[in-house]
Amino acid sequence: MAAIAQETPQEHHGPVHHQFENIVQQNEAYAIGMWTFLVTEIMFFGALFLSYGLYRWRYPVDFSRVHEELNINLGAFNTTVLLVSSFSMALGVHFAQLKDRAKVLKALSVTIACAFTFLVVKYFEYGAKLEHHLFPGANFRPEAEHLHGGNPNVAQMFYSLYFAMTGLHGIHVLVGILVIGFLMLLWVKKNPLVTEDFMPTEMIGLYWHFVDLVWIFLFPLYYLIPK
Amino acid sequence: MSSIAAPTSLPGEEPIEQKNYLNVKTTLSSWLLTGDHKRIAVLYLFSIFFFFILGSIAAGLVRYELTSPTGRIMESETYNKVFSAHGIIMIFFFLIPSIPATFGNFFLPIMVGARDLAFPRLNLASWYVYVVAGILMLTSLCLGGVDTGWTFYPPYSSMYANSQVTLTILAAFLAGFSSIMTGMNFIVTVHKMRAPGMTWFRLPLFVWAHYATAIIMILGTPVVAITLSLVLVERVLRIGIFSPELGGDPVLFQHLFWFYSHPAVYIMVLPGMGVVSELIANFSRKRIFGYEFVAFSSLAIAALGFVVWGHHMFISTQSMYQGIFFSLLSFLVAVPSAIKVFNWTATMYKGHVVLAAPMLYALGFIGLFTIGGLTGLFLSSMGTNIHLTNTYFVVAHFHYVMVGGAMMAFLGGLHYWWPKMFGRMYADNWAQVTALLSFVGFNLTFMPQFIIGWMGMPRRYHYYYFAPEFQAYHIASSLGASVLAVSLILPVFYLGHSLKYGPKAPPNPWGAHGLEWQTDSPPITSNFESIPIVTDEVYDFPEERTEPDTHLAAAATGNGKAKKGGS
Repeated sequence: MAAIAQETPQEHHGPVHHQFENIVQQNEAYAIGMWTFLVTEIMFFGALFLSYGLYRWRYPVDFSRVHEELNINLGAFNTTVLLVSSFSMALGVHFAQLKDRAKVLKALSVTIACAFTFLVVKYFEYGAKLEHHLFPGANFRPEAEHLHGGNPNVAQMFYSLYFAMTGLHGIHVLVGILVIGFLMLLWVKKNPLVTEDFMPTEMIGLYWHFVDLVWIFLFPLYYLIPK
Repeated sequence: MSSIAAPTSLPGEEPIEQKNYLNVKTTLSSWLLTGDHKRIAVLYLFSIFFFFILGSIAAGLVRYELTSPTGRIMESETYNKVFSAHGIIMIFFFLIPSIPATFGNFFLPIMVGARDLAFPRLNLASWYVYVVAGILMLTSLCLGGVDTGWTFYPPYSSMYANSQVTLTILAAFLAGFSSIMTGMNFIVTVHKMRAPGMTWFRLPLFVWAHYATAIIMILGTPVVAITLSLVLVERVLRIGIFSPELGGDPVLFQHLFWFYSHPAVYIMVLPGMGVVSELIANFSRKRIFGYEFVAFSSLAIAALGFVVWGHHMFISTQSMYQGIFFSLLSFLVAVPSAIKVFNWTATMYKGHVVLAAPMLYALGFIGLFTIGGLTGLFLSSMGTNIHLTNTYFVVAHFHYVMVGGAMMAFLGGLHYWWPKMFGRMYADNWAQVTALLSFVGFNLTFMPQFIIGWMGMPRRYHYYYFAPEFQAYHIASSLGASVLAVSLILPVFYLGHSLKYGPKAPPNPWGAHGLEWQTDSPPITSNFESIPIVTDEVYDFPEERTEPDTHLAAAATGNGKAKKGGS
């Protein structure tokens, strides 16, 4: 195999890491890497969605009755909050492409604020469930009114899935807050990794949209079950 | 240039040495904080070696226990823990990371002509996650181990087992993440880091196999991760998703588990097939027969691997019609596997076959994998499956594929790339004897298990006083295991010896073809002085090089011709 010297190894500076030839290759690698990661996330949540599908198909009436305990207004509010956060994230990426640092920071602040709001609302929702002893396990002994006529065992199954899926989603929101916070820190410090290259901002944006999208499925599956 | 087996000194060798990846820095922190894929591969090599020893000790205990119809040293519960430890360690901590995390990490970037994997820090993180998982596993062993088998079926694992299920599941969960990270890195590297001129159809088959493996890693592993963590929360918080008490379905766990764990057997064997493709082509000095077919058969195995999981559940409550489909689809996997075996055989036909140690392992692989694969067809037929499931026939079948396949390929790859990785030649005659010994030992271990399995010896039993006539077979099997053990201990000595006393390896001791043989032995940290431009086809052996009658001569001429000039 002929190996001809293509170019002498050069000192890479700025945002290009040593293993890459140039910024284009690096950015394409980031993009494929992020999408690959999102594929793993889809498979991760996928198993839970499958379990949900199986049990809802098996116990449609009880799922419908038990779900009435969930607060549709809070769910809808949180959905709106996340949609706004995704919009501001998209704006952040847009301004990152334009290298408009002040506007990037503003947009990301809105995203983080929305993420916090989401978690606070979730905290009160979880709190209400715990108060009514709706957390599955040894302490699951809700009053009949909170079951809305559903079978207590299926209700426990429903809440197992509910806490597993929304909990996992909540962890993703929390990670999103940390990651976006770190990204903002880099922007504040004018780190060339983000100011010279919009790709890191865009990749974190992709992650955030994914987190948002999971909720877009969770909301109707738990809060809007028809009779 | 040097010859490979002669331990004589090398008078012609230039004394000027460039710093290679091993001696460029030697502090502990330079190893523990390295981003170099080669160093991470070496870290992985030693970590999986450690777990391989542990798993082997457990296997030895199992084999010793079974030499008597009433058992020898263990209570039933202890035996359950020992075979569980053997399975969990060998699968999650040896077989799954074995070839991808060592040879894949080391050679995939070099083979595509890159300086490193796309994400070096992710690569290092994957090793740390593996180490943390390993420490959890060791802790759980020290606290008494786990008795669920490696499959962790609920409700036993989630509600009844009184062993260290929680810690062990956490360990398996984390080990899964290290494999996901490796898979992501491989996919991005193959897509985006190929050198100029390195088209998809110039990629060595080792890279194709790892690409297919990486696809399984990223699609399958997350599913088992979430499934195991559901068992975990079920155990800790008493949340019930698989709990039959709450109307849940334990068979759902089996579906989700095998959705990963069947493809996982291809995570174990596909990289091995990649190694064997390299070995067969390079030691036959021929372009592999039907290169495209072998490449695509890897992808076909990855794809089909995801639609056959139900054949692990023929005797669960799965419907008969589902069973028929899974049975048919399982037969289909035999097609791409057979394509590989036939094409390897056809490659050797009229090739200049050199029976060096790595090639002996590769030939062993072909034989053993064929037996393992064909007995798989017995098991994927629903009728015979009902008779054979949960017997030693299954045990023998998957050991033929995993040990006879994946481990033979691992050892073959280790012998093939050892000179490149550590820059030293080992004693080839010792290695050849060892390869033969492992083949004999392996067959002696597992062939009797096919027979007693067919006769009805159930797996996971530590006594068989109900059928003392099995004892002869069990003793033969344990004897074989001892031979196998010797053949696994020997390399530790002669490979270890070569590290200090072996002659220095030339860049291309085997006269092999591929970018990794154009680098120094061992390679420099950035692999290449400059990124190569690839102008010729894969496994393109010039006609004039097909003359030599011994591998020594092959090595000598191969060196002269294949080099990039001046080292």
